[in-house]
Amino acid sequence: MTAATYDKPLPPPNEESRPFWEAMKEHRLVLQKCGACGKVRHYPRPVCDACFSMDTEWMEASGKGQVHSWTISHHAFHPGFKGDLPLVLVIVDLDEGVRMCAQARDLDPEGLRIGLPVRVDFEDATDDLTLPVIRPA
Amino acid sequence: MMTGLRESCCVTGVGETEYTRGSGRSVAALQMEAALRAIADAGLQPGDIDGVIPYGNMEMVAEEFITNLGIEDLRFSAVTPLGGASAVAAIQAATSAIVAGAANHVLIPIGRNGYSGPRIGGRAQAIPQFRVFGEYEMPSGNIAPAQLYAPMARRHMELYGTTSRQFAEIAVTMRNHAMLNDNAVMKKPLTVEDHQNSRMISDPLRLFDCCLESDGAAAVIISGAERAKDLARRPIYIMGVAEGHPDSPSAISQRPDLTKIGLAKAAPRAFAMAGIGHEAIDVAEVYDCFTYTVLCQLEDLGFCQKGEGGDFVSGGRIALGGELPINTHGGLLSQSHIIGMNHVCELVKQLRGDGGKAQVADAEIGLVTGYGDLGDGSIAIMRN
Repeated sequence: MTAATYDKPLPPPNEESRPFWEAMKEHRLVLQKCGACGKVRHYPRPVCDACFSMDTEWMEASGKGQVHSWTISHHAFHPGFKGDLPLVLVIVDLDEGVRMCAQARDLDPEGLRIGLPVRVDFEDATDDLTLPVIRPA
Repeated sequence: MMTGLRESCCVTGVGETEYTRGSGRSVAALQMEAALRAIADAGLQPGDIDGVIPYGNMEMVAEEFITNLGIEDLRFSAVTPLGGASAVAAIQAATSAIVAGAANHVLIPIGRNGYSGPRIGGRAQAIPQFRVFGEYEMPSGNIAPAQLYAPMARRHMELYGTTSRQFAEIAVTMRNHAMLNDNAVMKKPLTVEDHQNSRMISDPLRLFDCCLESDGAAAVIISGAERAKDLARRPIYIMGVAEGHPDSPSAISQRPDLTKIGLAKAAPRAFAMAGIGHEAIDVAEVYDCFTYTVLCQLEDLGFCQKGEGGDFVSGGRIALGGELPINTHGGLLSQSHIIGMNHVCELVKQLRGDGGKAQVADAEIGLVTGYGDLGDGSIAIMRN
């Protein structure tokens, strides 16, 4: 699908986040890592809140994690998602110590529980956008 | 002990429009009507207002109040962009400005066409406070407050055994209170079963866990305590006031404890400033954008431990006649969604003895909270 016919909200990348979205397109999950103290942070931002260094590196994440919490949406709130209901949105504790939130794929809503092992996968939404999704580990 | 702003200022006037679904009027007209009512309630003239804190969404700005109210010399203006925590956070800003000598009488107006006007929807990405989840979570379909807050409620349920029927207790209590209020939108009786049978919006939040969308406006006047004594109404003293921001304020998903919000930081400051304990509170107006939000705030306020909110709200404790009556006007869930300024007005009315059929007997001290923008919190403790 091209961006012209895509009817869902698009991320507006900025200077800090562009490497994240570029890696997504290559089906790689990358996270910011402080170049001074090594603390991993997400979502992307310019300063390390542990040592205040602005020296930033990008690291490859394992994509492994566990369910932290979730919701199952039966109302779309945006016309672009009406055909996708119900949406299972999962917050995941990544092994790297940060979290992410994305739609679940092939996860039984009834079987969701805190600590359930999951992995990050990738779905191409448009030619220029790949979104993360969460699958069973 | 840090007494800070304790009893330095008072609420001297309150004003509310009719609350409706479909006002047929501009936001400016609604806010000006509420402002004029609050000014008249205080026994002031519009020209006496020398400070204004418009709502932080910038739909109305200080200039509009100067022009419409004929204010010759507005000396102080500010905004407190904390979403639903803005109204009560503005009380802290107004009080600080008055104590510093920057203004004498500060007007805080809030109002909107929340029912008949445009929804925020996809435009949330353009709001600075929402930019982060707007970039990383909205593209996955995480759009609206019900979806954003549902995982907070879900985690609370999983960790502490909190149930949907406990959320229902809150919804039913707010409805029962609204049924006593002539200016409430929802007057039809609601039962726990009605709540349990209502459609799921974003699990675990059902339709009757969600607040209304309303048209209307409300306003208060904050004045210095000395000046307040000479005005038309009994002054309602601001004993303690504070705002607090949660960890990871821009992304709920990254918050270390999903069940803890900014109010947990603000509440101890406000109680210390007021110099009172929780047992002194006769009535509480708690920002209720969702039922769960009330339960969570009662814990973060310190009325019970984290995880005990479900038990706390059960058994009639938060109803009129109970140990801690909450949202005596019906709240955002059943009176109207005036972004919590209706809660501030209700607390003042209770402490004046103007609570009508919902009056809490001998109410002397009460509190009001705000909650907004993914977990910002604010609190004011007042006495008569």
